[in-house]
Amino acid sequence: MKLAAPIVLVFATAAVASGVSSAHRLEFETALIMVAVVVALYVFVGNSGVISFGHMSFVAVGAYLAGLVTLDPETKGFTTPGLFHVLKHAQIGIVPSLALAAAVGAAYALVVGLPLMRLSGLPAGIATLAVLGITYNVLSYWGKVGPGVQTVTGVPEASVWSLAVGVAIVVAAAYAYQRSRFGRVLRATREDPPAARASGISIYRERLIAFTLSGALAGLAGGLYVHMLGLLQPDLFYLDLTLVTLAMLVFGGVGSLWGAVIGALAISALNSFLGDAENGVDVGFHLTLPNGTRLVTVGAVMALVLILRPSGLTGGREFGWRRS
Amino acid sequence: MIAAINWGQAIADAIALGALYGLVAVGIGLVFGVLRLVNFAYGELITCGGYVLAYTYGWPRPVSILLCIGAVVALALAQELVAFRPLRRGGASAATMLVATFAVSFLLQAVYLLAFGSRGQIVGTLGQLNSAFTVDGVDIRWILLVIVVTGLLLLGATAALLDRTEVGLHIRAAAADFRTSRILGVRANRVIVLSFVMSGVLAGAVSVLYTVQNPLVQPSMGVPITIFALVGVVVGGLERLWSAALGGFAVGFVYGLLADALSSTSSVYLPSVVYGLVILVLLLRPAGLFRSWRAQQVERV
Repeated sequence: MKLAAPIVLVFATAAVASGVSSAHRLEFETALIMVAVVVALYVFVGNSGVISFGHMSFVAVGAYLAGLVTLDPETKGFTTPGLFHVLKHAQIGIVPSLALAAAVGAAYALVVGLPLMRLSGLPAGIATLAVLGITYNVLSYWGKVGPGVQTVTGVPEASVWSLAVGVAIVVAAAYAYQRSRFGRVLRATREDPPAARASGISIYRERLIAFTLSGALAGLAGGLYVHMLGLLQPDLFYLDLTLVTLAMLVFGGVGSLWGAVIGALAISALNSFLGDAENGVDVGFHLTLPNGTRLVTVGAVMALVLILRPSGLTGGREFGWRRS
Repeated sequence: MIAAINWGQAIADAIALGALYGLVAVGIGLVFGVLRLVNFAYGELITCGGYVLAYTYGWPRPVSILLCIGAVVALALAQELVAFRPLRRGGASAATMLVATFAVSFLLQAVYLLAFGSRGQIVGTLGQLNSAFTVDGVDIRWILLVIVVTGLLLLGATAALLDRTEVGLHIRAAAADFRTSRILGVRANRVIVLSFVMSGVLAGAVSVLYTVQNPLVQPSMGVPITIFALVGVVVGGLERLWSAALGGFAVGFVYGLLADALSSTSSVYLPSVVYGLVILVLLLRPAGLFRSWRAQQVERV
């Protein structure tokens, strides 16, 4: 039940997406990708209680790798001539590219996590932010790993349904983790670190496991993202995405998988609706909002929900849990 | 890798940048000290000041500068009264508060975008301070002196206010132990409001000084300022103002120095170098660079 509800919601979104016009499909597909990114973030932030500003790094490396290895080598000769030899000449299918994306996300998270998981609190937050800064900086300028500041288009796009399957895998993996011994142990360290330590738990080790898994899922989400958009650009994976995904997580409720899914879908829905309303939309009457209202309203709603319901929409509960 | 440079010039430029970031760091550190709140929306105060300066261009300068500082203080108060205080009352966790300040930053940027457009406004209030005089082959721009002197004065004033006045005593008491200080009769909300006002004055001053060298005001102008200053605050150590100020100065100084020292092909990676150093400092000294070994680490946020 607790797993079924989010999965059903994912496929319901995909079903709507496949039924609407192509202009709107993009919005629903983006919402699906946001679910994957936010759930990946939740695996670490939600279970450990440590905030990370660096997760979009893992999304970015996943997206870059998955995008570059599926591009046509001939095109890459023109657009990104400076790439590493392997990247430049490789061309593989979408599914193997997603596996690679998850692997590179996990590897990067492991490398980053080995030193950084010793930190906690604000230093941990700043250190992960620094990692994001480095990733963004390198992706923006290093021609061997990507197109630099230019945008590269022509990445093969996946169908709505295959995207939904990918997102469902991310959700299921997050669920399996939080039900596993590892997930439970990590939640114990979140609730009461001294007690957890006294029970012989290594907080460092448990956080590192979650961070690596979270990195793998973020990498996969990044791969899905690039196969949804069909283009690559470093600005996609920087502070804006960091803020929006963190806000989605907090909005839905940091403490539960259901909250992560709901938060991602709710903010995406609001965002798309307002985006449409800026171009004029019929809601019983004709509504046209001035350009720029979208961002202001999304920001205001996020701030408002935080004030009125600091523990998020779901209050950190999974679907179907009774209040007691 | 290392370009042939005039070190005197590089150091002079780096000092100016360091002093600015030191001021921002103190503004962030003041509020953190009392509330244990890292305000990610601090840079948007500086942006707001920049817009006031841009739109009052041509008015008498003192009026323009006073309006700028007034508007920034008002916005700092609004942040506290409209967003942060209701959140605290609702019992928000530290992580929620942090994300809330992120949301406020996002919201303010969106408002700026809606109100003033994305193309940016030019500030010319104190532009002539960019002219330079030469000492020993080093061009020293007047703004450098103004920044350093204003910075020291403001730091001194802040320190004096904290150390010599009764309100200052209350702020320090609240920073040391918020609950106990309340029990002993410190009026919590007054202290919090005051720390926001002081951090607002500092942000307003930074608006005036920063826009002399970077006259283009854009909606997202404040973001990199906040991030670098915040990095400086954490690197320096959050618990005390002087260590936060030193940390801010250190990050600005290193950034300024490397910007001159690195050749143009490698200088694009400058942020990576600075962020890498930050990670190193955090790993070796999680409680901050300028913190005594004796002080025990307190885990917060």
